[in-house]
Amino acid sequence: MAILEVNDLTIKFGGLTAVDNFNIKVEDNELVGLIGPNGAGKTTVFNLLTGVYEPTDGTIFIDGKNTKGKKPSQIVMLGSSRTFQNIRLFKEMSVLDNIKVAYHNEMTYNLLSSIIKNKKFKEEEARANMVAIELLSVFGLEGYKEELAKNLPYGKQRKLEIARALATNPKLLLLDEPAAGMNPQETEELMDTIKLVKDRFKVSVLLIEHDMKLVMGICERIVVIDYGKIIAKGSPQEIRKNKDVIKAYLGE
Amino acid sequence: MDVELFIKQIINSLNTGSIYALVAIGYTMVYGIIRLINFAHGEIMMFGAYFAFIIATSIPVGLPFFVIVLVSMALAALMGILTEKIAYKKLRTAPRISALITAIGMSLFLQNLAQLIFGANPKVMPQVISNEPIMFGNIAVPQVMMYTISMSIGIMILLTLFVKKTRAGKAMRAVSQDKEAAMLMGININGIISLTFAIGSALGALGGIFYSIAYSQVYPTLGVMTGLKAFIAAVFGGIGNIGGAMIGGYAIGFIETMTKGYISSRWSDAIVFGVLILILLFKPSGILGKNVKEKV
Amino acid sequence: MGILERMMSKSEQKKVYKKLSKSSIIVNLSVIFVIFIVLNTLINTGVLNRYYSTILVLILVAIIMSTSLNIGTGFLGQLILGHAGFMAIGAYTAALIGIALNDVIVNDFLFISRNLIIFVIAGSGAMFTASIAGLLVGTPALRLRGDYLGIMTLGFGEIVRVIITNLEITNGAQGLMGIPRLMTFPIAFWTTVIVVLIIYLFMSSRHGRAILSIREDEIASESVGINITKYKIMGFVLASLFGGLGGAVFAFQGGFLAPVSFGFIKSVEIFVIVVLGGMGSISGAIIAAIILTFLPELLREFDQYRLLLYSGLLVVTMLFRPQGLMGTKELDPKKQIRKVYRFIKKIIKKDINKGSDL
Repeated sequence: MAILEVNDLTIKFGGLTAVDNFNIKVEDNELVGLIGPNGAGKTTVFNLLTGVYEPTDGTIFIDGKNTKGKKPSQIVMLGSSRTFQNIRLFKEMSVLDNIKVAYHNEMTYNLLSSIIKNKKFKEEEARANMVAIELLSVFGLEGYKEELAKNLPYGKQRKLEIARALATNPKLLLLDEPAAGMNPQETEELMDTIKLVKDRFKVSVLLIEHDMKLVMGICERIVVIDYGKIIAKGSPQEIRKNKDVIKAYLGE
Repeated sequence: MDVELFIKQIINSLNTGSIYALVAIGYTMVYGIIRLINFAHGEIMMFGAYFAFIIATSIPVGLPFFVIVLVSMALAALMGILTEKIAYKKLRTAPRISALITAIGMSLFLQNLAQLIFGANPKVMPQVISNEPIMFGNIAVPQVMMYTISMSIGIMILLTLFVKKTRAGKAMRAVSQDKEAAMLMGININGIISLTFAIGSALGALGGIFYSIAYSQVYPTLGVMTGLKAFIAAVFGGIGNIGGAMIGGYAIGFIETMTKGYISSRWSDAIVFGVLILILLFKPSGILGKNVKEKV
Repeated sequence: MGILERMMSKSEQKKVYKKLSKSSIIVNLSVIFVIFIVLNTLINTGVLNRYYSTILVLILVAIIMSTSLNIGTGFLGQLILGHAGFMAIGAYTAALIGIALNDVIVNDFLFISRNLIIFVIAGSGAMFTASIAGLLVGTPALRLRGDYLGIMTLGFGEIVRVIITNLEITNGAQGLMGIPRLMTFPIAFWTTVIVVLIIYLFMSSRHGRAILSIREDEIASESVGINITKYKIMGFVLASLFGGLGGAVFAFQGGFLAPVSFGFIKSVEIFVIVVLGGMGSISGAIIAAIILTFLPELLREFDQYRLLLYSGLLVVTMLFRPQGLMGTKELDPKKQIRKVYRFIKKIIKKDINKGSDL
């Protein structure tokens, strides 16, 4: 079964149709790229998928469940998790706590337990700590766990954001321009990290990216949109040769 | 219903509304430019009233009302500019809450300063305007009310023209929209901010003078409640919006006067604050304000 | 399968779990106990006279009020300018219950003093009414952001004041008299300790972290599955609940309540303590509460300049230290003790080394 299934997704802002009849299917453990020129509506698609915006039309199924009428926090519980174009970390919290916040819904202890610190509290907190430390070491961040998130260098902040997204135990990871602002070497590193995450955590990844080297290098399938509409779909090789795509990027 | 009484209440509410509107403009202009609730504005209003009091009592020759008013307004404007330079300028890039606390601190400081200089007891404001009422048929309207209403409306028209038509007014609007872009266009940000504080403080002082003449007294905490209600008026109209502050001022003046006159004077404050809460719940950006959503 | 199982086997998990589960609260509690014994002895032996013991209780009230507001303002990041409203609701509720119970509960029960019994009942009532008020105000108000929420809570505080000024049961503007003055230093002290402890424990749980994350970034918080509406309301209600309890302590201290004590200025005072202490620092709020309650007393010599100095200091502090005394950091007595211990050890070592030289 597809992890993500989107049918005829449309959103209108006033007279402007920002996303028009968008369809996509992402299979289990698949890595799909979503590309398009600036202002094509990529981030709007993400905002629709994560429930920040409500679609004018169309349906979204995550892991077979309809997201209609659900708040962003409820959609996370269906098994999708995201990062942001302009990194949104919890800046004044420690790196470790950034991850533990995202592990929130995997814990169940109530208010009273947090005050009397019963066995359940201790077990779940210890587990949360373990998860956080393990996740950080996957991304090579375990040495920074007590640092405030805002003190991390830029590339590490990007990684922390991905680690945080993973802590919600997602089946689908939505990455919004993960390589934005990175130098070629950092981008290279990031490609390895994304591949590693996909294999180790068995997640599906949908990513928006401008860096063609990254997209062509790791995506198994690519979807191209322009003016809110899909103009091409296919393997990296196919997309590279597609006339419509070249036209959209270079103009006529 | 007693028509005469009703007309009187309407005139009363125009009078109170004018004062609120004058003071509300200062709140709203400062908020528009530096996004700060200037809690010290009520105290500037109070000082404006004290300035008028000092001028009227210390100079034996009976100065014309307009001279007293203009000098007091100029002094208050200076005070406003100084407040900004000393207390707010350094905090323009600091967290919003620090600036807010500073504003509250300035408010308390000025209040206590006034108490130290003038004493805590109310002083009797001399009658700088003849207290002979003007008769409209059977309805007697105190001259001070005539002055308040007509001068306020006149000044508000002037202010609107200033903001809409002049270069400085346009620069002011530009700064409130986007400080950085305005700076890149060569607008002197500091100058515009000072100008904003000057105008707001001068109008606030005028409001304070009218208030103190109407109640024929000046006291250090004069700006607290009136300031708070003027602030509500600014929120009511849409904070940051000058036209909104004027409408809000008259609306709050009307609501307050009518509840005092027809419902209960004890509960009028609660009703005014209740209106504030309702407005915030149903249209937080005020009558004329726009809703802004955060971009993801 | 959980995210942990994707990374670690069960046996590895058990090893790490053992390493992680240890508690550090005992040291801090013993420090608190020592402080209590010292202060209580000073009061009982009369070294601290009635004037000072009253100020001590007022400081404790300020600590409860500021640490409770800290949940809403410091941790949740919301501008709340009407905390005195909750304090007033709690104070009047407790006072009315206290007056009613004063003739009913006359004797100590076993070893529990009647003061404590009445306070527990009245304090619970205060927490109940204040938290209901918090729920009623918070649910609609928390949709608002920043300044607007501040204005709304300011309006709420003023409405509460006008209402108690006009109600008969509160005896209006004249104030409520005849409240049993049953607040003792130990009751006030341990109430404060419990409140601070609960807030501290709450903040170091998943619920507390959720609240912090909302302060940091609402959108990101939602994106990792935090129900921000629920946690905003929870934070707000907890703040109002403990605020009400602070009011109860206050009521039984003075024996007299008047609406003027709960005006906008009171809300500002509490707010100032939180900001000066450092938004989101519990120990900062405590230190600032002590300083700011004591400072006006110290400045009494300057009498008429007192409030001028107070407000001037406030402005100057904000200008030169806008993040407050502590920032978001905490002062941990355990760490401090350890520091002192290491320091002493170093000195002793030096001495020993010197000795061997001789």
